[in-house]
Amino acid sequence: MEEIVALREGYSRIRKTRAAFIGGLLVLLVILIGVAVTLGSAGFTVGESYLAILAGLFPGTFTAPEMADVIVWDYRLHRVLFAVAAGFGLAVAGAVMQGILRNPLASPFTLGISSAAATGASVAIVLGAGFVGGEYLIIANAFLFALLASVAIYGMARYRGVSSETMILAGIALMYLFSAVTSLLQYVGTAEELQAVVFWMFGSVGKSTWPKLGIVTLVLACTIPYLVYRAWDLNALAEGDEVAAGLGVPVERSMMVFMMVASLLTAVIICFTGTIGFVGLVAPHITRMAIGSDYRTLIPASGLVGAVLLLAADSVGRSILAPQVLPVGIVTAFLGVPFFIYLFMHRRNA
Amino acid sequence: MALLSVEDLSFAYRDREILSRISFPVDAGEVLGLVGPNGCGKTTLIRCVDGMLAPKCGRVLLHGQDLRGMHRREVARAMAYVPQSTGNRTASTVFETVLMGRRPYLNWTVSPADEEKVVEALDLLDLGGLAFRKVGELSGGERQRVMIARALVQETGVVLLDEPTSNLDVRHQMAVMEVLSGLAEERGLAVVIALHDLNLAATYCRRLLVLAKGSIYGHGTPEEVLTPEMLGSVYGIEAVVKRDLPAPYVVPVRPGQLQEGV
Repeated sequence: MEEIVALREGYSRIRKTRAAFIGGLLVLLVILIGVAVTLGSAGFTVGESYLAILAGLFPGTFTAPEMADVIVWDYRLHRVLFAVAAGFGLAVAGAVMQGILRNPLASPFTLGISSAAATGASVAIVLGAGFVGGEYLIIANAFLFALLASVAIYGMARYRGVSSETMILAGIALMYLFSAVTSLLQYVGTAEELQAVVFWMFGSVGKSTWPKLGIVTLVLACTIPYLVYRAWDLNALAEGDEVAAGLGVPVERSMMVFMMVASLLTAVIICFTGTIGFVGLVAPHITRMAIGSDYRTLIPASGLVGAVLLLAADSVGRSILAPQVLPVGIVTAFLGVPFFIYLFMHRRNA
Repeated sequence: MALLSVEDLSFAYRDREILSRISFPVDAGEVLGLVGPNGCGKTTLIRCVDGMLAPKCGRVLLHGQDLRGMHRREVARAMAYVPQSTGNRTASTVFETVLMGRRPYLNWTVSPADEEKVVEALDLLDLGGLAFRKVGELSGGERQRVMIARALVQETGVVLLDEPTSNLDVRHQMAVMEVLSGLAEERGLAVVIALHDLNLAATYCRRLLVLAKGSIYGHGTPEEVLTPEMLGSVYGIEAVVKRDLPAPYVVPVRPGQLQEGV
């Protein structure tokens, strides 16, 4: 009897820890947003930046200091929120891929989706060829190539039999193929084109605008609730295909749907940002170490960890060599890798 | 009526026939041992029975209902499957891994009744002390018990297990088989277990089904099935079957030694 009470208390403790972790991340994110908005040549305090944000939301109730609302709303806030949305989406995509492929190294980057997007952008930059013309050429190309990569993985897995091994091998093969195509385009391109391609591949949220943020937010709003809703199926798939099938999950169909959703999330983000590889890989790992792997909480918590990581990295990138801005893709790797190795080693020894 | 019955089931992988015309019933309270040499189709048969592989012809009836007409969730409420252990690497705790067995019943939230069932299964398999350890940190025997606990909280009438005792020492092999045969008796479960160890199978199974090259070679009690002739033609070995113990006991001997001894 005592043992039964202890077991139930143990599980309710786990749930409380998870709620606290998510709550803590939300608070941290709100603080970080306030700080990130203050960064830049026109300096004002964190308090003023919150005031400016609130003044934009509720014009009658709050009044912002002069110029602050214009600077915040026209120049800074969309970039900050774009970093939040991009970090959130990439982390969730990574969490889903790691789960269904049961591979801790699975992420949009390792599965060739990022490389495909880079190839798409390179084709647009070097050859000027693409599906849509004008200023959206690069974005549309990156997006379509990313989706093309996931459709190719889908096709190969379909032909060979859907399993995590086939998808990973197909993804790795595609990554090399697309990298080779990008290298070829860089080789034949002019110096300016080469520079543009390299710059695109660094990954940056500097090109954000309100409409772009709107598109990403819309996709997040459609996909995240769906993934959370199907969290038990993700839990079961993470245990293995056979286990999931035995628990009543339609395995092949679900894997395909989850793969497509994760690819769409990735594609819609990296087509605007370029390659940001590290967040999608690491945020789910950090979250698992902290609160375990129940997808009902893993999805929102990974997303928040990803948002915090990406926003923190972008803020560091904007301030460390100010007024020079370092691309966030570089900063995430510099800051994130040692942090991750520390967590990983620490965990192993414990 | 048998809880589970397999009727005239055949399965082919492209042109290669793996199983041909398999039929057998499993009654409530019965433990059926599936034996046969490597590659004879044991795992394929279990996967066909669970509906994971589609048979070329024949059918599987659960409580008299054809499996193909049932929704996957319905099947998961009637039949649980414990696959061959594959070194689970997930970071889930024992408690949550067992809780996953409730998936066919859960909507999104976990009710106190679900937790109750998990606690009960953990208790039954003596896993209470490990409830909040990670499954990846457990020993092979403990992990096997976790997988069985997960199958139990599915509350099914039929349980299929593929080599649940591989990688276990003899004490843990017996502990696992004791739990399964005890449950079959107490709860009236129909249990199908693929086993390599013929003597373990003879000790715990009411009936044995011998598969050879995808067909049924024999089906009956261990006494009926385990004969030197069967071991000769199915496994290609010479063996003595001792009959003065509670269950028949197979003692393989080196080629040629039997004649010399006689």
